Amino acid sequence: MIEVDGVPTFENLKTSMPTEERMRKKAVAMHECYQDIPCDPCVYSCPTKAITMETLVSTPRINHELCNGCGLCVAACPGIAIFLMELKEDRGLITLAYEFVPLPNSGEIVDGLDRYGRAVCEARVERVYSLPGIDKKTKTSLVRLSVPPEKIMEVRFFRRRE
Amino acid sequence: MIEPDVLVVGGGPAGMNAALAAANAGATVLLVDRFQNLGGQLVKQTHKFFGWAARGAGARGFELAQKWEGEIQNHPRIQTLLGFEVIGAYKDGIWLAADLEDFYKIKPKRVVIATGASERMITFENNDYPGVYGAGAVQTLMNVYGVLPGERYLIVGSGNVGVIVTYQLLQAQAKVEAIIDVLPRLGGAYWVHAAKIQRAGVPILLKRTITGVYGEGRVERAETIGVDEKFQPIPGTERTFSVDVVLLAVGLMPLSELLFELGVREYYIPELGGFVPWHDETGRTSHPEIFVAGDVAGIEEATTAALQGRISGLQTALDLGYEVNKDEIDELKMLLTQFRRSSLSEKVCQGLERLHTKGV
Repeated sequence: MIEVDGVPTFENLKTSMPTEERMRKKAVAMHECYQDIPCDPCVYSCPTKAITMETLVSTPRINHELCNGCGLCVAACPGIAIFLMELKEDRGLITLAYEFVPLPNSGEIVDGLDRYGRAVCEARVERVYSLPGIDKKTKTSLVRLSVPPEKIMEVRFFRRRE
Repeated sequence: MIEPDVLVVGGGPAGMNAALAAANAGATVLLVDRFQNLGGQLVKQTHKFFGWAARGAGARGFELAQKWEGEIQNHPRIQTLLGFEVIGAYKDGIWLAADLEDFYKIKPKRVVIATGASERMITFENNDYPGVYGAGAVQTLMNVYGVLPGERYLIVGSGNVGVIVTYQLLQAQAKVEAIIDVLPRLGGAYWVHAAKIQRAGVPILLKRTITGVYGEGRVERAETIGVDEKFQPIPGTERTFSVDVVLLAVGLMPLSELLFELGVREYYIPELGGFVPWHDETGRTSHPEIFVAGDVAGIEEATTAALQGRISGLQTALDLGYEVNKDEIDELKMLLTQFRRSSLSEKVCQGLERLHTKGV
């Protein structure tokens, strides 16, 4: 439970989850930021003004219709709590910020991990790229994983295989 | 004898900002830090900071340190004394900074104490064994000197320090077996920080405490046990971890000994981390020429420390007759209030309220 260990439950996720229909259209940002942290870089990273916040200590709201799936907020979020979601016919695509080296290679098969680090499926690294953080100088690496479509709300990290 | 307008003790986020604010307003500043480099704890912080995008949020801690250090080194009115510790404050207004060979006498008109905090320790069998580290020591070794002190870690304490150092250890490719905490829920870590280490596979084991470390003269394993609501051990819940480092992240205490020496009024406020000097909104203590900013004024974090430093620095300059835009002080106070409006600052706010209801 989120109050106990900080890991969001389905009840939390429901409040920020894009619709299935929207995820089928194209990539869309989803945040998992449910605490009133005094923090706002995501708002200012968004080129389409899809992310809003009432005050510094509010949790963000993402307008999924305005979001163009660019991923700048994923790179900007200091809490690493924003992900891109996209549903294709046969797979789900998850883009996450990755602050570890060495970076994985495109095409690499990895273990898809859930929010408790449990391997729940095989995942494939589709793409590795870098986007500027909020200060435009430092770049954060993003990794796009493909997973079975039913795992798109479950996988949030990955582990490279030996 | 060095006679600056303002002496700033401590070169972390609070001290650096106090020095810059006072010097920008026209004051001459001597900034002393016992380490060879400025930045305090910031130099070890590799994660991105929360806060206002417009005020540098999203930058990593060490980047903030570099930015302020650059401004300080290029400032004509700031002199730095690094590798020297301020070891004494005397009733005649003389302060003493020394290293092992040399010392300086300082006679400032105003002083900002920004000495930060020290780490708490807990008791368990063999807690003096090599391999038992404070979180700060591991961060210094790992992030400043590039040395990993062990291979397998058990982290004690699930506050922000515990989860952040865990994340840094994972980045350094160490193996973290678990974080344990005696509390029934996270010990203050922000949910997002706790979530990012759990999805990387580090479990947070709540209601569990460490009873001892064992090995041939150094840590080879750690023994833990589950506890009940009254923090009493529950027989049968023992669990052994095969680790070579036990990292303690069990809280911080304001480092206020210098103020004790001068008889500055202090109160014991648990919400602020222990004994803290009474101070007003500008950081002024019961001694009108001495200010506090940052963790020494109550355990909080770097963003608020930097704001407090700015406010104290400006106030010292104002005291000494330099031209200060009072709107700037008001704006900084407003930002501090805004930042603390989060439920995450509830404890700190309660502590400050208690401190303020006490007399000077």
